[in-house]
Amino acid sequence: MDHAIQAEGLVKRFGETTALDGVSLAVRTGTVLGLLGPNGAGKTTAVRIFATLLRPDEGHASVGGYDVVRQSHQARQLIGLTGQYAAVDEMLTGAENLLLIGRLLGVPKAAAKQRARELLTEFDLTDAADRAAKTYSGGMRRRLDLAASLVGRPSILFLDEPTTGLDPRARAELWGLTRNLVASGVTVLLTTQYLDEADALADEITVIDHGRVIAAGTPDELKAKTGSQTLVVRPEDDTKLPVVLSVVADLTKTTAEVDGPRVTAQVADPAVLPAVVRRLDDAGVLVTELTLRGASLNEVFLSLTGRPVEDETETEGRPA
Amino acid sequence: MTTATAARPAPAEVNPRVSIGEGIRQTLTLAWRTIVQVRHNPWELGDFSIQPIMFVLLFTYVFGGAIAGSTSEYLTFALPGIIVMNMLFITMYVGTGLNIDLTKGVFDRLRSLPIARWAPMAGRIIADQVKQAWSIFLLLAIGMILGFRIGTDVWSLLAAVGLMLVFALAFSWVSVLVGVVAKDPEKVQLFGFTALFPVTFVSNVFAPTNTMPGWLQPIVEANPVTILSNACRALMVGDDTIGTEWHVASATTPAVQSLIWAAAIAAVFAPLSVWALRRRV
Repeated sequence: MDHAIQAEGLVKRFGETTALDGVSLAVRTGTVLGLLGPNGAGKTTAVRIFATLLRPDEGHASVGGYDVVRQSHQARQLIGLTGQYAAVDEMLTGAENLLLIGRLLGVPKAAAKQRARELLTEFDLTDAADRAAKTYSGGMRRRLDLAASLVGRPSILFLDEPTTGLDPRARAELWGLTRNLVASGVTVLLTTQYLDEADALADEITVIDHGRVIAAGTPDELKAKTGSQTLVVRPEDDTKLPVVLSVVADLTKTTAEVDGPRVTAQVADPAVLPAVVRRLDDAGVLVTELTLRGASLNEVFLSLTGRPVEDETETEGRPA
Repeated sequence: MTTATAARPAPAEVNPRVSIGEGIRQTLTLAWRTIVQVRHNPWELGDFSIQPIMFVLLFTYVFGGAIAGSTSEYLTFALPGIIVMNMLFITMYVGTGLNIDLTKGVFDRLRSLPIARWAPMAGRIIADQVKQAWSIFLLLAIGMILGFRIGTDVWSLLAAVGLMLVFALAFSWVSVLVGVVAKDPEKVQLFGFTALFPVTFVSNVFAPTNTMPGWLQPIVEANPVTILSNACRALMVGDDTIGTEWHVASATTPAVQSLIWAAAIAAVFAPLSVWALRRRV
């Protein structure tokens, strides 16, 4: 099978709101697809459809070749789901949470206990194994949640904003664990609001907004399309802005813009920075600010949709 | 790569459906989980152990003398009804637990697993029955210590317990509906207090109907809590020892009426709960 996860023309409405408006995507077996978009873009709705939790109003979705609506029971045997909110039973210990899933999957008691121990070791939770999950930190909960979704050794894994709300260290740990999974052959659909996360983990990225796919490709392709970095130059003297503008435009071969006291331009090749410094020096322009920053999700959106990411409230299929 | 996170080598044997046997096993696993939760949450154990004992002690010794003349006589009248009332309160745990699962995302996790669709609900309700049985046993034991005597035989007693469990099973669906509709677990508890308290108190659990104002008496007599309490009194205490004020001639009529009430409650609230749940998830 070429594609472990496939969707065609998915439409899902909640009353007046159209959460998904004809989403098609495909994830090649053994790769990671990053589903990137702002809050309310429809990411969670899409994951819930793939995880057989929600029926699409129109269109088809399949995981491992099984239709998520007509063959939902088969599909569930292949998937693991780690939701946006760590879905662990807070009243149970870490070990009991994993034992519960193992037993539900029909694993005999001794084997289920053994599997729980393995996962607790792998996810560095051995010390906390016999403590109720309500005493866990945010990062520990996410790790337990991920471990719970792996009890049945799924070949297809859905990670719905797995690092939202985590501190940088916990985030890095989760990235590492995800990479290990992919190395072992798991197909992953990852939703995220963070471009750097998609960049770090995904083989391909699909950008969605307002329930529609607005771009798809490898991270490099997307960056090339959107201008990977932004050059910002602020001359000490505002009257030098036209000089700076022409230098920057000339070197970056793009339309540089004057933004208040600064000149900004999209840059595809970071090597342009020393050239800018040299040319401005030759022209005798003193600068107080000279930075090259990576494209933010905002800029990807700006260049894809012509408008910035709105700070929308979550309108996905989960009641508040 | 470690073995713990390695994927299944190939999409292993995939079953087309869950068998009934697997469904029952999954139900029992989920019931186990609900019982284990209690171990880590001693407050809940207190709720369905200490609270009913307090009720028995309070009513027997504070009001008992005034209502029935003596505390032991009052215990004979009141204990079966107190057990019924306590049973209704305990059903609220089904709704609270379900609500926690829904708000925390645990319910989604369970639904994403290849298990019988009815197992999560059935597991909760079975666990609730275990809690119910424990509470009934506890209240009977404490009642016996305080002087309550079974005036019938063991079969009648078991029939009373069975009747209460059947009623609890039906009433659990009310709790399920509240659990699905409520925004958070506290709201479920709030319902327990604001709706269940009047319903259980406007009955003949604590005082005979004929001591109440005339306009209230038909309401009290029609209350299923009264009917079920009458049935349990007759089954536990017997026809001879029961005071005439409680108007219990035999167990048959109130027992049959209780079963009809249970069937009616289940017939209305089970489909309603399932519909509400489908809408929510």
